[in-house]
Amino acid sequence: MSTRIKRRSGAYYRAMRRVRQVALGCVTALLLFYVLFPYYWAIVSSTKQGAQLYESVLLPALDFRHYKELFRDANFATSIFNSLCVAISTTALSLGLGTLAAYALGRLSFPERRSLLLTVLMISIFPQVVVLSGMFELIRWFGLYNRVWSLVFAYLIFTLPFTTWVLTSFIREFPRELEEAAIMDGCSHWRILTCILLPLMGPALVSTGLLAFILAWNEFLFALTFTLTEGSRTVPVAIGLLAGNSRYEYPFGPIMAASVTVTLPLIVLVLFFQRKIVAGLTAGAVKG
Amino acid sequence: MKTRLERREHLSGLLFVAPLIAVLVLVAGWPLARTLYFSLTDAYLDDSANHVLVGFGNFVEVASDPVWWRAVRNTAIFTTISVAIETVLGLAIALLVHGAIPGRGLVRAAILVPWAMPVVVSTKIWEWMLNDQFGVVNRAIVGLGLADHGVAWVANGSLLLGVVIFIDVWMTTPFMVLLILAGLQILPEEIFEAAEVDGIPWWKRLWSITLPLLAPTIGVAVLFRVLDALRMFDLAYVLAGANVNAMTMSIYARDRLINNQELGVGSAASTMVFLLIAFVAIFIVGALRLDRSGAAER
Repeated sequence: MSTRIKRRSGAYYRAMRRVRQVALGCVTALLLFYVLFPYYWAIVSSTKQGAQLYESVLLPALDFRHYKELFRDANFATSIFNSLCVAISTTALSLGLGTLAAYALGRLSFPERRSLLLTVLMISIFPQVVVLSGMFELIRWFGLYNRVWSLVFAYLIFTLPFTTWVLTSFIREFPRELEEAAIMDGCSHWRILTCILLPLMGPALVSTGLLAFILAWNEFLFALTFTLTEGSRTVPVAIGLLAGNSRYEYPFGPIMAASVTVTLPLIVLVLFFQRKIVAGLTAGAVKG
Repeated sequence: MKTRLERREHLSGLLFVAPLIAVLVLVAGWPLARTLYFSLTDAYLDDSANHVLVGFGNFVEVASDPVWWRAVRNTAIFTTISVAIETVLGLAIALLVHGAIPGRGLVRAAILVPWAMPVVVSTKIWEWMLNDQFGVVNRAIVGLGLADHGVAWVANGSLLLGVVIFIDVWMTTPFMVLLILAGLQILPEEIFEAAEVDGIPWWKRLWSITLPLLAPTIGVAVLFRVLDALRMFDLAYVLAGANVNAMTMSIYARDRLINNQELGVGSAASTMVFLLIAFVAIFIVGALRLDRSGAAER
């Protein structure tokens, strides 16, 4: 290698830095556009009526008739209520059972622990369609077919392994010193979990619970298969099956209004709890 | 010899996981066993109690159905291409967000938006944007003079799988970004500083330092995404129903099971989906393990 190094003036480096900054800014703007434009376009389209919808004006027309119709529609209100019931019950159940199991899997040592963790992980990557026929039969036995509660039952197959797995990795992160004193004092495991760990687990439960809620709120396959009539549908199925009076009159305005409505709470939640959600997502995947 | 304390810990461990095991047996173990059993019978959905064992006939029927192989092909193409694009794009965005860019906090928040949206909603929004006559994408293409008239994205059968991949990339790249970003943040800063002081160009730093260190993270993310893509149902179903051009293995199995009421054949198809995915999972996990032990030897 020759030792001659090309010298460049300070102005050159300054200019290079400017170019770099502008280029990065452009790429970032492009990325933001790619990520956000579809939702913006859904909002714009949902405030347009009839022919306005077919002119690609980029600004919203601010006509909220679709929303008024949507909220007057009893079926849509019912499906929102159904979705809320299912998602909240599923989340609560999986958090409760998941916390119990996560304590044992994260803190106690017993021989079946490793194989159990592996089973839990395997069930969470299970293709849902595999249990469809068995689950269908089971739900009919219980007399739950076309009932909203059948979905709480079915959703446990993916929310429970998920909460167990994520909470286990959270519990492993807690310093052990906290419980050691309690163990010395002869405290039972139940007391250790409820009196020492649970008060510390608030943030972990919030992030795991939010993710489980989103999973349950967005589920489609089971909801489509185990419910039949409009009164027992969840939101994703209601939107998925929303169709016009004829093949040529596809109601994109109302669909966009419904889409914006059901997504808005999720986006608010996600943005508000951004850090917690990222923590929950990565706790399960990277450290596991 | 086990001490009394160990025995107690064993017992309470089992007590704490007992509810989990009970629920998993009920919602996963039992239905799975019933699906495997039904796959060997000639049962129909409307009267599932009335059936006889027919051996592997259902599997032969599925394997000789060209539509099934079409679904397998679609799923394989979808998984390979979409996960490949998501990995590269996710890595690029993660590296961009990891560096000092203007509005970093805003970008990090915005990235979560496509991920949080229900798949059905994202699909409907893209379906509207890609509408052949009134969609904003075609308007933009015509407006920019790239084509004389719009492209029939969704109505054209040969483009359908491409559209499915495109929408999936939009929806799930954020997941990749988040995982890779988390992996980036735990890498030791000093190595990069040392490399920069030594005047190593950025592409070489990326290729020889960042990527090898990130490999385990990327491996896990790819594993999760591949297994998720192989079971994909909702996106293709909402966009195209049971259209063979975008039919995935899960759609095929559900179509036989629910729409045709063929409990036996549908269960056989589901079982084949399960075996295929299990096979791919074992293969990828094995590859990751090999990679890890190979890296340790070096």
